[in-house]
Parts: sequence; C-alpha cells; structure tokens
Amino acid sequence: MRDADAIPIESPLDPPWTLPYRGTVGMACLIVAESAIFIIFVVAYIFYIGKSLSGPTPAEVLELPIFGTVCLLSSSITVHFAVSALRKGAISACTAWVAGTVLLGSIFLATTAREWYHLIHDEGLTIKTNLFGTTYYSLVGLHATHVVVGLLMLALVVVFGLLGHVREEHSEKLEALSLYWHFVDAVWVVVFTVVYVLGR
Amino acid sequence: MSTQVVEGIDGTLTTRAARPANVIYEWLTTVDHKKIGLMYIVYALIFLIVAGVEAMLMRIQLAVPNNHFVSPEVFNQLFTMHGTTMIFFVAMPVLFGWGNYLVPLMIGARDMAFPRLNAFSFWVSAFAGLMLYFSYVGASGLYAAGTAPDVGWFAYAPLTAKVFSPGHSTDYWTLSIFLSGIGSIGTALNLATTILCMRCKGMKMSRMPLLVWLYLTMSGLVFVTISPLTAAQVMLTFDRYLGSHFFDTQAGGSAVLWMHFFWIFGHPEVYVLILPSFAFVNEIVPVFSRKAIFGYPAMVAASVGIGFISLSVWAHHMFTVGMDAAANTFFVFATMVISVPTGIKIFNWLATIWGGKVIFATPMMFCVAFLFQFLIAGLTGIMLAVAPFDWQLGNSYFVVAHFHYVIVGGILFALFAAFYYWYPKVTGRMLSETLGKWHFWLFVIGFHLTFDFMHIPGILGMPRRIYTYEASRGWGTLNMIVSIGGAVQAIALLIFVYNLVVSYWKGKEAGHDPWDAWTLEWSTTSPPPDYNFAVLPTVNSRRPLWDLKHPDDPDSDYE
Repeated sequence: MRDADAIPIESPLDPPWTLPYRGTVGMACLIVAESAIFIIFVVAYIFYIGKSLSGPTPAEVLELPIFGTVCLLSSSITVHFAVSALRKGAISACTAWVAGTVLLGSIFLATTAREWYHLIHDEGLTIKTNLFGTTYYSLVGLHATHVVVGLLMLALVVVFGLLGHVREEHSEKLEALSLYWHFVDAVWVVVFTVVYVLGR
Repeated sequence: MSTQVVEGIDGTLTTRAARPANVIYEWLTTVDHKKIGLMYIVYALIFLIVAGVEAMLMRIQLAVPNNHFVSPEVFNQLFTMHGTTMIFFVAMPVLFGWGNYLVPLMIGARDMAFPRLNAFSFWVSAFAGLMLYFSYVGASGLYAAGTAPDVGWFAYAPLTAKVFSPGHSTDYWTLSIFLSGIGSIGTALNLATTILCMRCKGMKMSRMPLLVWLYLTMSGLVFVTISPLTAAQVMLTFDRYLGSHFFDTQAGGSAVLWMHFFWIFGHPEVYVLILPSFAFVNEIVPVFSRKAIFGYPAMVAASVGIGFISLSVWAHHMFTVGMDAAANTFFVFATMVISVPTGIKIFNWLATIWGGKVIFATPMMFCVAFLFQFLIAGLTGIMLAVAPFDWQLGNSYFVVAHFHYVIVGGILFALFAAFYYWYPKVTGRMLSETLGKWHFWLFVIGFHLTFDFMHIPGILGMPRRIYTYEASRGWGTLNMIVSIGGAVQAIALLIFVYNLVVSYWKGKEAGHDPWDAWTLEWSTTSPPPDYNFAVLPTVNSRRPLWDLKHPDDPDSDYE
C-alpha cells in the first residue's frame, strides 16, 4: 500500500489533465534569458551614446536600413504562415513558407553585411575606433549572430521538408522555432529604434 | 507496484551495470536526472574541498601579524579562486544537483523535460571548473607561467584590462564563468520547463511542494541574473581581444558600468543560492515538527516576492563608489524592503515548529541553526543596507563576515540538512546520527568562532583582501580566533565527508520512507529505480503521502 499509485483520489470527474508543450515553455525560458543578454548590450549602447572621444559619429555614417528591416519583419509573417500551413497538414506549402522566411532573413543579413563593409571600408569605423564602434558592432553583431542561428535552423527545416521528413505532428516543434524567430525580429525593432533612431 | 515486466527491467539494469567499464560508460553517457544530479553534487563537493583548502591557506596567512606563509601574489590568487570556486563551482552545482535529483521525483515525473540538455549543462559546467583550475598550470600572467586569476571574484575594471592583467590568466576566469553561465541557464531552463510541463495528474501549481515552487523562482532568477554576467563576460573578452572599449577608461569607457553589470548579476545571485536553501528548510521543518507547513500561500508569495525585489537592490554593493543621493536612497529603500518577505518566511517556519512534536534529528538541528544564523546574517545585512553605515564599513572584514554568515550560516547549513535528510533516499542507507551530531556541534562551534569574531576586526578597520597587517593594529588575537574556528570547521567537514563515504556501506537500511514524510519522492524505493515510478502517481493534496497513510482524514478535505 506504500506505492504512489495507491494514493486515493477523490473525483474521477476532474477535467482532463493537460499541461503546456515543453518545447514552447523551454523556448519561452530561453527567450527570457536571451532578452536579459540583449538588455545589457542595449543599456551599454544607450549609456555610451555621444560619449565617444573621437569620430566618426552615428549621425555621420549611419543610414536607415529600411529595406533590410522590411525584409526581416516580413519574415515573421511568412514563418507564421508556415506554422499555420503545417497545422493544416499542408507540408509543401509549409516548406515553401519556411524557404521564403530563409530567403527574407538572408536578404536582411546581406544588407547588414553591406552596411558593415561600407562602415569598415569606406568610413574606417571598426570595433576599436571609438565607443560608438564598440557598442554598435557588438549590439548589431549579437543580433546578426542570432539571425544566423535562426537561419541555420530554418534551413534545416527546409531540407527536412524537401526530404519528406516534416509531418503534421511536428507543428508544435516548428511553432517553438517560430517563437525564436519572432523574438529575433522583436529584438531588431529595439535595436533599430536604439541605434538608428535614438542614437542618431 | 512490482510486476514481472518491472522486475525484468530492473534485472537487466543490474546485470549490465556490473562490470566497472560499463559502470563508467553508464555514468559518462547518462541522461538520467538522478545520476546527473549526483554528479553535480559530487563535483561540487570536490570543489568544496579545494576551495576550503584555499580558505585555510588564507586563514593561516592572516592568523598572525607580519606573516609570510604565502607570497602576496599567491594570496591574491587564493582569494580570487576561493570566491569564484565557492560561488560558481560549489554553490551553484550543488543546488542544481539537488534540484535535478528532487524536482522530478517530487512532481511525480520520470525525468526532466530535456534529459540531453541536462547532461550537456552538467558537462559544460564541469569542464568550466576544470578549465578554471587548469590556469594553475596553463595560464601565464603578470608573474609568468602557472598564474591563476588574481583579479578578485568581482574582477573590477580596469584591473582586468589587457595592460593591467597581461597574459591570459584573466581569460581563464572570464571563459570559465561564461561556460558555467551557459550550463546554469541550461539547467534552469530545464528545471522551469520540467516544473511547468511534467507534473503528474492532480499536481496543480497550488499543490506543488514548496521546494518545487522555490526552484521555479530560482530558475526564473537565473535567466535574468546569469545572462547579464554572461553578456558582461562577452564584453570583457571583446575588450581584451578585439580592442573594444566597454570598460576602457582611457577611451571614455566606464569602470562603473562593469560594477553595475557585475552586481546586477551579483546580488540576485545571492537569492539564486538562498532560495533553494529555503526550499530544503521548507521540506524538512514540517516533517520534523510533525505538522503541515504554516501559511503555504504566504510562503509562495514571499518567495516569488523575494525573487522580484532582489532584482532592484544590486547597487547597495556600490554605495562606496559614490552615487547620487537619489540612487542611494532608492537602493537603501529597496534593500530594506526585501527583509519583509524574508521575515514572513522566518515567522512561518517558527509557526510551523510552534506546537509541533519536534524531533531533533540531525537534519532538524541544522535547520534550527539555519534559522538563528540566517536571522543574524539578515540583521547585519540591514545594517549594511544603510548607506552611511556602509560608507564606514564597506570593503572591510565586517562585509566579509556578513556575507559568509549568509552563505555558510544560511546556505551551507541548509545544505547539510538536505544531505542528512535525502541521503537515505539517494543511497538507501541512513547517515550515521552519531557522526552527524559531532559534525553539527563542531561545525556550529567552528562557524561561530570564525564568523562572529570576524565582524570585529572589520569594525576596527581591517580591510578585506589585505595580505598582512602590523602587530600594532591590534587585530592579531581576533584573527587567530577566526583561523582556529576555520580549522574546527575543516575538521567537522572531514567528519561529514567520512560519514558520507562510510554510511554508503555501513549505514542502517533506510527503506522507502525513513522520516515518515509526505512528499512523493518517499513513495518510491530508495534508491529510486531509473524510471522513478512504475505507475505515475496521482495527487489530490499538497501532502499525497499523508493522504495515503491516513485515508480516513485526507488533507484534501482542508485545502
């Protein structure tokens, strides 16, 4: 009678016992932790606005990355459609939407790469130059690193989709991945506001 | 529940594990939460001995005036390594170890939510500790090869800049803390997800054991405290290797920014460590008072409240840096406020003991000592929270005495209680009560000799991290008493380790439930099988085993 299954329970009429999906909760926890990391970098950026001892300043060299931003934010919508498609069992539609997300994310990365090339090659701004360079490259670079990680995982989904390994029951997993991607987009909104609007 | 199938599974496990090579392979590759938990605990105990030896070396150096037992360079390395090891490679892993072991058992689950992530987190933390100590042979610093980090455990800028800390001994510190941070975040994520997603049928949030609630709060705190430290370590590495200027005062960078980033981690970290200690006390005090915990909802609210308030107190470590009046006032006030939920907890424990049939077994004795000592630690904390008082005594031995009172008198005592309480579950055998009482009394005496008397040289003006002092200062006798107390604690610790080892073979058989306790881990065998529960339990109240033992008067009638 000492066994756990012998513990008496009162009413068998209780509602069915359901708990949230662990992938979603785990991803939410990761997002909280990652947010704290980004907050520290954003705080450092804001703290050092206008404190550089030498040029170039943000106003001189930064331009609004409108095109890249539009691409990245649109990719949030495409990944959302991918999840809805998978929930309905439309595997090839899902793969296509994820592929579209990868494409849009890659375009964003390419615009960042061009911007960095311009800043390093034409303007001579590196991470060593001044406090603006230090905080700019580390904050934008941290975000870009997260974009790269997201793109690798999404690309893996595309590969699996093309090989026919993606099935309807994976929709929760894809949803957890899409949460990460939405987070990366949301962070970009903050970075955009801080770096290109407030900091300029 | 013992069926043929279950016995068959158990049988295969024992036969396969018989050969030594298989045993090692099994432990290296395991994803079982109990084995990983035990590895965390053993690894922390090894580092506890190492960091304890470092503490003893420092106490020998400081026992008499004008001493040259170790060189000043070695002394700097000793206090850096002692602090870093104790926080990151003793306290964190041992608490994560117990969390890993107990949380799935207490919520009626068979494993953690992400078993492989669990193994990954453990091994990353373990290698981080090894890497920190590899610096003794592998790192080069200001004093050539074989230099351990010597920048202090909070590594203030600009001391950590490349010019002031040449070589790469500081990088061993940075990278090992970075790695241990990854491991901590991984395990915290795992614990939180396990608690939210793996509870057995009927275990609503309002029915979880308080230990589980506290681990959930602690995990939440880890996300928002360890991450800033990880971010700051990335910045420091950029400064040292890519030539960026985050903490480079020559280029307009700010040394105070590092202090903020470090203490945004550093203070909530104290609560990351103390919350699981509260968790142990929450489980042990009711069982040995033979009463249900007093004020369960208030306890939960107070714990979560402590979690939130602890995020807004960090700059009380920085009163002496010179902040403006508004900042000082805010942090004094916030620090004072945190004593309210902590006081609620202490009163609830007292109310639990009040009128109970108290059994003074070793776990309960450690808990009672915890209550007294944690209260005193909190009182010196309130003293230091007053900014003008802190201006006088900041960075003195008074501060060292205060936080050791919290960490040793609070956290370590609660941990010892946990060891005596759950050792029978882990091994199937009881720890020796006689040795336990020796351990307890020697440790209490040693602790009070060391840390009560340590306050006084602080008030007399002895700064922390000082290498040696003149005889004319009049600190000699007090420091000798402090060092003698340290030796007594070391002896008590050796008795404890001896007890842990010997009782594994010689201890009394424990059976399922030696303490007549009420939470789910006591419903399965000791040690629990790999799958924890043959049939997943269903619970109907906060004390499922009470319901099982008293079907005529179940708790669910009153909750």
